[in-house]
Amino acid sequence: MRILVCVKRVPITGGKIVLSEDARAIDTRFLGFTVSPHEECAVEEAVRLVEANGGETVVLTLGPPEAEEQLRDAMAIGADRGVLLETDGADWDPQATARAIAEQIGQEEAFDLLLFGNEAADSGDYQVAIRVAHALNLPCVTGVKSIEIRDGRALVKRETAGGWEVFELSSPAVVAVREGINLPRFPSVPGRLRAKAKPVDRVPVKPEPGGQEMVALKLPPGSGKRVEVLGHGPEAAPKVVEVLRSLGMVS
Amino acid sequence: MILTLIEHDRGRLNELSLEALTFGRLLGERLGVTQHALLIGEAAQQIAGDLGGFGTEIVHLAVHDELSEYAPRAWARSLVELVTTLQPGVVVASASDRGAEVMAYAASILAAPLAANCIEVVDAPSDDAWTVTRQRWGGSLLEVARVAAPVKLLTVAPHALLPVRSEAAGATEVAPFTPSLTDGDVAARVTGRVEAGAGKVSLSEAKVVVGGGRGVGGAEGFGRLEELAGLLGGAVGCSRVVTSNGWRPHTDQIGQTGTRIAPDLYIACGISGATQHIVGCRAAKKILVINTDAEAPILTQADYAIIGDLAQIVPAISAEIRKASGG
Repeated sequence: MRILVCVKRVPITGGKIVLSEDARAIDTRFLGFTVSPHEECAVEEAVRLVEANGGETVVLTLGPPEAEEQLRDAMAIGADRGVLLETDGADWDPQATARAIAEQIGQEEAFDLLLFGNEAADSGDYQVAIRVAHALNLPCVTGVKSIEIRDGRALVKRETAGGWEVFELSSPAVVAVREGINLPRFPSVPGRLRAKAKPVDRVPVKPEPGGQEMVALKLPPGSGKRVEVLGHGPEAAPKVVEVLRSLGMVS
Repeated sequence: MILTLIEHDRGRLNELSLEALTFGRLLGERLGVTQHALLIGEAAQQIAGDLGGFGTEIVHLAVHDELSEYAPRAWARSLVELVTTLQPGVVVASASDRGAEVMAYAASILAAPLAANCIEVVDAPSDDAWTVTRQRWGGSLLEVARVAAPVKLLTVAPHALLPVRSEAAGATEVAPFTPSLTDGDVAARVTGRVEAGAGKVSLSEAKVVVGGGRGVGGAEGFGRLEELAGLLGGAVGCSRVVTSNGWRPHTDQIGQTGTRIAPDLYIACGISGATQHIVGCRAAKKILVINTDAEAPILTQADYAIIGDLAQIVPAISAEIRKASGG
């Protein structure tokens, strides 16, 4: 089977986000980059499905020239080919992103499955996969934490508060996955070396902006909380029970 | 007019929709317009009466044979049909799984922008683009965005506001309609379910959550947390490090890429408090931290803290609860 996985390059922010001077971006001068966690799992899932069923995994990203690094990471764990929709580094809105991805998919040999992350870690728009599915007139399910291929159909599951929902999709289909669908492998050294030799198509793209535009970024206010230290060590346990009692959780 | 999508599962209301209704009502009061609600599928009729108290004027009910099971595009088609009829200025839904999904489909069909995870409407001129504040990075960063479209589509970030009943008496009229649906609209539809084990408290709905992080030390260490959670009728959760190490299943993860929790009390044991985790537990009413490091970032979110080794403290709390309840 032929699988396409879409990933996004995002900074590794760690504990604290620092903004650039114009407050229109995160200050990434001292940060490394990765792909969003959900997408890391999407790549792993694609590679596993191809290992089990045969075929090819193509990994696609829309981003600056440096996003080749994320394509190589995906190829290091088993993706076969990369496509870089190369931008000048500016932030694209979800409509423009989906349009460019759908156009590129139209240029490629047909895929059986198109995998996305449920939402990008940074912008969190929750919509690129669905917009691409709509543009290509394909069925789509998001939030997926299990994919099974049976007789050319995809049986996908997503978690709900009370259990799991099951959807059965004909192929080709678009599936947006969540972290937890698998535990991604770490790239091996031979895998990294092989990835260097794998092909990457670079396709320059220009945005056709949609109706949403970032004006500025800002940090949310702090919690404003002042912690009350109840004590040190197990001797503080009775204090905890007092708190639980005041909250009505212990009689 | 404001049109708000209400989410339900086979007639069971998703409480996050009450947040969306509250968001919509407050916005409506500000703009001087009324709020209508949309329920999809006949099974939802039973909850129509509960919505009036949250400030809806009319509850529209989409009825169709193909709507007996959840199908995201069929829900979006029903919503878009009503949007075309009513021409609301804005459509609101919670950014829950289904809300985010249906609104993204609706935005695709309407070729319109969708501002996801909004926390406020900053400026809403009747004849121009709106300005909204929305969450990025799971809420650890905010974005002020301009949204230009004839109908503004917004999802509301879960737990960004509390559901509040309207003071005005809500007389709610139910207006059924039958949307036009095609086979393609139900190409993705729920075809089966796996129910969780009976008696297990779900993380997203638990009133008490006991969470463990790297400091728990391994899978076996969670026994102490299970015991405490059991005594309090709560659920056990964990940080991302724990699921990445394979100590707990991913279903237990609290955080940006796991479950967002909103319990009355969250007890965070051996968790330092990376941003990814904080955004998942910040909606807890009270947070009690047990940690060896008095400088750990999670202390900035905490109401109470005990400094020390959780392997001793957690069993001591369990023993004290047993004593207090006469066991």
